[in-house]
Amino acid sequence: MTDTTIAPGTGSAPAPGTPLLEARGVIMRFGGLTAVNNVDLTVNTGEIIGLIGPNGAGKTTFFNCLTGLYIPTEGQVTYKGTVLPPKPFKVTQAGMARTFQNIRLFHNMSVLENVLVGRHTRTKEGIVSAILRGPGYRREEADSREKAMALLEFTGLARKASHLARNLPYGEQRKLEIARALASEPGLLLLDEPTAGMNPQETRATEELVFAIRDRGIAVLVIEHDMRFIFNLCDRVAVLVQGEKLVEGTSEVVQADERVIAAYLGTPYEAAPGSTADAGSGADAGSRADADSGSASDAEGTIPEEDEQ
Amino acid sequence: MTETTTTPATAPRPALPLPETAARGLVAVGGLATAASAFLSWTYSSSFPGDLTVTGYPGGLQWVTLVAGALVLLFALSGYRIRGLRWLTPGGADGATVIVAVGALATTWFTLIAIADELGGLANLTSGGWIAGIASLLGLLGALGLPRDRTESGEKNPLKRILAYPGNRPDLSPAPALPAAVELLVIAVAVAIGLGIFTFGIDTSYGELFGGFLIAASFASWALSRSGALGRLTDITGRHRVYSAVLAFVAAAVFPFTQSNDANATIGVNLLIFGGTALGLNVVVGLTGLLDLGYVAFLGVGAYTAALVSGAATSSVHVTFPFWAAALTGAAISGIFGIILGAPTLRVRGDYLAIVTLGFGEIFRIVVNNLDGVSGPNVTGGPNGIPNIPDLTIFGFNLGNSHTIGGITLGRFANYFELMLVFIAIIVLIFSRSSSSRIGRAWVAIREDETAATAMGINAFRFKLLAFALGATLAGLAGTVMAHVNFSVVPDPFVFAGPVPPNSAFLLAAVVIGGMGTVTGPLIGAALFYLLQAKLQFLQSYQLLLFGIALILFMRFRPEGLIANKQRRLEFHEDETESAELSTAGA
Repeated sequence: MTDTTIAPGTGSAPAPGTPLLEARGVIMRFGGLTAVNNVDLTVNTGEIIGLIGPNGAGKTTFFNCLTGLYIPTEGQVTYKGTVLPPKPFKVTQAGMARTFQNIRLFHNMSVLENVLVGRHTRTKEGIVSAILRGPGYRREEADSREKAMALLEFTGLARKASHLARNLPYGEQRKLEIARALASEPGLLLLDEPTAGMNPQETRATEELVFAIRDRGIAVLVIEHDMRFIFNLCDRVAVLVQGEKLVEGTSEVVQADERVIAAYLGTPYEAAPGSTADAGSGADAGSRADADSGSASDAEGTIPEEDEQ
Repeated sequence: MTETTTTPATAPRPALPLPETAARGLVAVGGLATAASAFLSWTYSSSFPGDLTVTGYPGGLQWVTLVAGALVLLFALSGYRIRGLRWLTPGGADGATVIVAVGALATTWFTLIAIADELGGLANLTSGGWIAGIASLLGLLGALGLPRDRTESGEKNPLKRILAYPGNRPDLSPAPALPAAVELLVIAVAVAIGLGIFTFGIDTSYGELFGGFLIAASFASWALSRSGALGRLTDITGRHRVYSAVLAFVAAAVFPFTQSNDANATIGVNLLIFGGTALGLNVVVGLTGLLDLGYVAFLGVGAYTAALVSGAATSSVHVTFPFWAAALTGAAISGIFGIILGAPTLRVRGDYLAIVTLGFGEIFRIVVNNLDGVSGPNVTGGPNGIPNIPDLTIFGFNLGNSHTIGGITLGRFANYFELMLVFIAIIVLIFSRSSSSRIGRAWVAIREDETAATAMGINAFRFKLLAFALGATLAGLAGTVMAHVNFSVVPDPFVFAGPVPPNSAFLLAAVVIGGMGTVTGPLIGAALFYLLQAKLQFLQSYQLLLFGIALILFMRFRPEGLIANKQRRLEFHEDETESAELSTAGA
């Protein structure tokens, strides 16, 4: 692939570690509609896994099943060997943090406060100690602030710590969402289209940010439409089409797979599931993939996907 | 002054085409003459309240005109860029001059019209009255000729055009630091002026005076806000938060000593009870964003609990708790009611919660109305309530008796005022500390985006329940004092809406008008509401109508409340602020 970044590409990834997240046979039905059908996915420690697929393929729904926002109709999700409780806040407590496809910051809180909210699960002072303000409370609050500022430093937002989140430019709002998620000290970070709406420079910066996060020992599962971003970044890529996992493997394997090209990347292929339904977007994706593979063009490889929540 | 605007195409023109020097001179002369005219006699007859017939000494409404004229003069001189005065008007003096000149005209003419109306014709005005009217008009004419220091917005609505004439509130970088001693002095002076204004307002003994006072006070605070002076003061108090808070409490504690009788202390103590309850509601509505329409019930729970354990002969529970225990019991029972109500209802969001809480408020009132021994067990005494609640004795100090301290007699209500002030201090401390902690951040996060908050690991249900319980506890605490202040507890006041605060609608209005999520906002909102209610009694049934109209106008033109925290100000007026940042240093 046209690798213009200095980041370690697919080849130089560390050897996969122990399984961190294991989804087994996850099925999510909404009435008669099966949005996610029997999907298996494993994320090992130290890995960056990509999740791609056409619009409406069920990627965000699958994400929501992983993070407790939805309770899967069938199947189970385990994190570090224990079954995840079906409550978002318990999932975060367990060590999985996420960002949202449509940015969901606390708009009227400052940048620093947003990150401090992310520290919620790693702090425990209650209402009484908040009112009494004993030494334990002060220590914890100071510690939280220090860690939050360190994360803002890490994402390059430190000098905007006291700005309101709503006043940040778009790209920085995405970064702040990542910083907020990192504040919960996760073992696995789930990013839902982190580069949507970004220009190529910002996309590249995000790429480097994701590598830096991986280097901190945090595994990353990322949904993206930007193929160059995904294939540069990920150790493995899973392709979701019409709720089913079509193929999973390294970038090379996925890019070479005929069904993937048909469904998502390139020319129409009659036998593939969803080829007729997704004809329009398939064509779009095809032209974009051509541009991507042809040269290091700056074409934005993103499709805004409607909110699936 | 406005020559350097970046968009010359829309440079605003003053309403009157006067040369700048002439306009400035006219305002200064007008202001001075208005202030001076307050020393003249305005009418022949002393039957107009306040006795405006004396030459050489202002009386009643003339004091208001005197202050308004002095303010016009002050802003006019500041327009001449006099060094010390410029500090008062960092956001430009001219816009503020227009506002305060309108205020001076309005309050003076209000007085003159009131004289003519009550005494039967303009013939009752002496030359002094005419001079006052003309002087204030001259001041306004001059002000309308002043250059305008903001670009004009392309507003079509004529009312909004008029309101936008003086320009918007400036969005200034924080005030440069003064020497600490000077800043402390500034705060002390501001608090003293605040106490003076409040005492004057509460002391107004007739409707005309309160009306004139209200007009002048509204325009003056608008002008101070427009000029940036209030913003500066906020910055300075923000730098000395504890000092300011302590000073404000000291000033409040001094208030009963300035009063010659107990009538105003009655207003004061009820106002504090109302304000404390509003602060409790602020936890629920302002911080957590849950609309509670039945909140006054928690005040009722606290009041009934305190009454039941007060040892009153009519209480169905024959125990007598010391007051500290009664207060804690009332707060705790109220908090438990908050949890009982919240546990099933907080699972619904938004509108549904509002309906359910509205229902709870009504259920509470109807239940206590029926627990009279006839329709149910005798607990609350039904419609008669629990009368003859004994006065409190704290450390051998009977709050029911008058005490003389330093030659000043403090009556019963003044004693309770001081007690309630201690409670307010506790409530303010609990509110401000919890709101600026991990807990408070979780509440605000839930208000901002509940889904994102849960994704950050916040157990939204538990924290909403905590907010509900804490809010209820604070209201219950205020209720325990209320029971003793009022001698008795009856179900009537605990309604959703009624002409007298506190009721759920007024509590909500006080929080929203005052400023959601702030400490001072609900207290000021409650003070304003209670004073208006107490002082505008003469309007009788028109009072609620006027309240309604005022509320609508207020929400239309200042939705963030009187004391906006900076965040909400930005939220509602984003298009009007050029650099919408919280921080000092720009990017």
